Amino acid sequence: MSVILRVRQRAPKAKKPKAPARRLPPWAWLPGLLAFLAPSLLGPGAWAYRDPNNLVVSGSTTTLPITQAAAEGYLATRPDLRLSVSGTGTGEGLKSLIDGLVDVAGASRDILPAEAKRALDKGVRLQRHALARDSLAVVTHPDNPISDLSLDDLYRIYVGEIRNWKELGGEDRPIVAINRDSSSGTFEMWLTLVLRGARYRRDAQTQPSGGGVAYAVGGNRNAIGYVGLGFLNERVKALKIGGIGPDLQNVASGAYPLSRELYLFTQDPHSGIAQDFLNYLQGPAGREIISREGFLPPPAP
Amino acid sequence: MTDESHPPAARDRGTLLKPKLSPTEKGARFFFLVCAISALGQMLLIMVFLFTEAGRLFVSLDGEKGVSLGEFFLSQDWYPTYPSPSYGALALVAGSLSVTLLSILLAGPLGVGLAIYLSSMAGRRSREWLKPAIELLASIPSVVLGFVGMVAIAPFLQNALGLPSGLNILNASLFLAVMATPTVASLGEDALSAVPQSVQDASYALGATHWETIWKVILPASLSGLSTAVILGLGRALGETIVVLMVAGGAAQIPLSLFDSARPLTSTLAAEMGETAIGSAHYHALFALGAVLFVLTLAFNLLAHYLGKYWRRKA
Amino acid sequence: MLEAQKGFGRQRRYREQKLAFLAIRLAAGLSLGVMAAIIIYIVVNGVPALSWAFLTEFPRDNMSAGGIFPAIVGTVLLAVGALLTALPLGFGAAIYLAEYARPGPLVTAIRLGVANLAGVPSVVFGLFGLSLFVTTLGFGRSLLSGSLTLGLLILPTVTAAAEEALRQTPASFREAALALGANRWQAIRQVVLPAALPGMLTGAILALGRAAGETAPIVFTASAAYTLLLPDSIYREVMALPTHILNLATNSVHIEATRPQQFGSALVLLVLVLGLSTFAIVVRAKLRRGRQW
Repeated sequence: MSVILRVRQRAPKAKKPKAPARRLPPWAWLPGLLAFLAPSLLGPGAWAYRDPNNLVVSGSTTTLPITQAAAEGYLATRPDLRLSVSGTGTGEGLKSLIDGLVDVAGASRDILPAEAKRALDKGVRLQRHALARDSLAVVTHPDNPISDLSLDDLYRIYVGEIRNWKELGGEDRPIVAINRDSSSGTFEMWLTLVLRGARYRRDAQTQPSGGGVAYAVGGNRNAIGYVGLGFLNERVKALKIGGIGPDLQNVASGAYPLSRELYLFTQDPHSGIAQDFLNYLQGPAGREIISREGFLPPPAP
Repeated sequence: MTDESHPPAARDRGTLLKPKLSPTEKGARFFFLVCAISALGQMLLIMVFLFTEAGRLFVSLDGEKGVSLGEFFLSQDWYPTYPSPSYGALALVAGSLSVTLLSILLAGPLGVGLAIYLSSMAGRRSREWLKPAIELLASIPSVVLGFVGMVAIAPFLQNALGLPSGLNILNASLFLAVMATPTVASLGEDALSAVPQSVQDASYALGATHWETIWKVILPASLSGLSTAVILGLGRALGETIVVLMVAGGAAQIPLSLFDSARPLTSTLAAEMGETAIGSAHYHALFALGAVLFVLTLAFNLLAHYLGKYWRRKA
Repeated sequence: MLEAQKGFGRQRRYREQKLAFLAIRLAAGLSLGVMAAIIIYIVVNGVPALSWAFLTEFPRDNMSAGGIFPAIVGTVLLAVGALLTALPLGFGAAIYLAEYARPGPLVTAIRLGVANLAGVPSVVFGLFGLSLFVTTLGFGRSLLSGSLTLGLLILPTVTAAAEEALRQTPASFREAALALGANRWQAIRQVVLPAALPGMLTGAILALGRAAGETAPIVFTASAAYTLLLPDSIYREVMALPTHILNLATNSVHIEATRPQQFGSALVLLVLVLGLSTFAIVVRAKLRRGRQW
């Protein structure tokens, strides 16, 4: 009843402002939606990475500063190209390379047997290119009086046997151990060279990058961490390992114990532009970038 | 809002007038039904993807032995990238729950206080701009909050309190509280405002003061709505990712003090998923964490729902 | 007579009230003050970093110089893509729920789905997007995957706001149209929708603000740390403001050196998100005030 009444009372009032109703194109957004979704139904393969002028660089976050700076410099010489650079970690980068999703993958370690097998199974041949030598520096706050630790000291700090700096002859302060995220190539190197496969202490904090570790250590007098040499700055102090400092000489001679090679991987064969990018990196401009970012370029050919 | 009775009335219209169904009419109806069902389908799809990807952690694949449910839920060892990995989620769940509960200890009273202020104490003018302001504050991007926590509050906490590190669950829960407070306040305000004016008038008529009316009449009457507001705030804090990623410190341990660092479920997902090979055991373990998170938030939502019902029945 | 009033402990009761109100004012002031302080902190530190070049240039020198143009473009594209995904579905679902649905198990299930979807943590949407769009459908980390993921994330908000707007259109509108011989769809299209659309769009814009500020769902579905060009297809990775801030603050080579960039990006994101939300809230208030029915 009341409903009928309402219609009688309100209908004219309601209809008046709405009578010249703008004719809403009712399906207008449907083509929009279809246009948006349709290409996705056709599959991305055709669009994604088949552009010959597109270069996708991914992989280790350690090689990211180099590839990023190199991409900037390289693109200045070839403005017709497209380049995207990201850091996903070595393992994911190599996997994407085998799947053909990226053209160049940075790696902070050599390829693992499992990955090589995967490539073989997919019928993909990979090619390894030496990029640079990287070393881990162990860092503390500049005000920390400790300046030299042995590999064994580091082991005992990171597994939690040593929890106060005074046990190492330093101040009476708790040790805040900072790790890199456990998927990173840097952590893997730490696991091999320092932890020797042992599990790190549960209260070790994590940071997603060398920059993050350097920042956290630089702001905390209790902290210890490890970073690639490219991440050293004036806010942190690099420790000697068994009396040997992480300077270029010791790294180049191989005396410094925490060193590793960095690589770029490509498929074999790879595109002309990938080769061009590699040539740029191995040329004088690339070598300069590598040293500027704190790595040691490979010996000149 | 005043037309509460209309929608059902509008529904009856169809049977009363029996409009002829043209093909357009049928097509439109069908299209909208599909849209509506897709919302439901999406929820199911999320569950299916989440739980299948998670489930693969627990079954044997490629000759590798699956992780046992007991290990996943009861072990504190989260070492997913070791040559002999462990996928124990206990410390991560503990991390999530500790920052969430701590944050709601702050956001609950603050949010409810703000709600009381808005509904019963503020003048009409100030309410008119405060309500939208709170809605705005709820939309501050979490990455901005996490950034402030990392850059400003962590060094401050560390120096002022002489802590080993400023990246700890105290810092994280402070910022989670900042995120949850607007949620609690605006839902709580709705609940408080829903108490009929006549009830309040009756209280005043009996000689109660303003505060006594709030404390003894309005609050008990809106307890169901308030508890829902607090639990939904809790849900928001539990699911928040970037703040805890940036300021909780990331240590996979069961935090025993306010100043311990933690690695909540959400930040573990954000930190590790990007660098994990798709399809690996680690990848499935992360989905299992996602599934745990999903179940926990669902539980909070249901709890809010049923607690609301329970209080309403009691009232 | 006075005895009776004293007997009720008036003074004590009013003292109690004063204390309680003081506590509530403190709680309200504290929570609003903290949030205001955060915004002021970002504005004060962010403004010096802003310049025309900062907004229109690409990052240079490992992000420590140059601007954030690609991140702004990426965020806008992701938000628009999210809206394109959520708008048709959300509006459609809302129209069904408000105009067609009769109570029943299906509608209950749909409502339950929408309500629970709203409570799912954004990082879980990220996992879902990674699993469905990036991997299973093979879109890769791309603008498309990110937009779809964000679109699904805001779908419940868009649906709820649109349904609310539809329900606020008086039944008399529909009845008038039906009485004039229009069928249900004509009534919706020509009468109900034009009246409700501003409200529906306002809700969508609020959701858009939320999408623009989200970080966790796009970290693994869409975002690149660095692109040298703007995306030219929906299959490209894009930079986005929230992930740019996260990257600079936790992932850059020299975190202190990019600090001005971080504050600048945070300010731009804050202005973008709060600007969109303010716009929507103001429009909504105007709509509510100006409504005559």
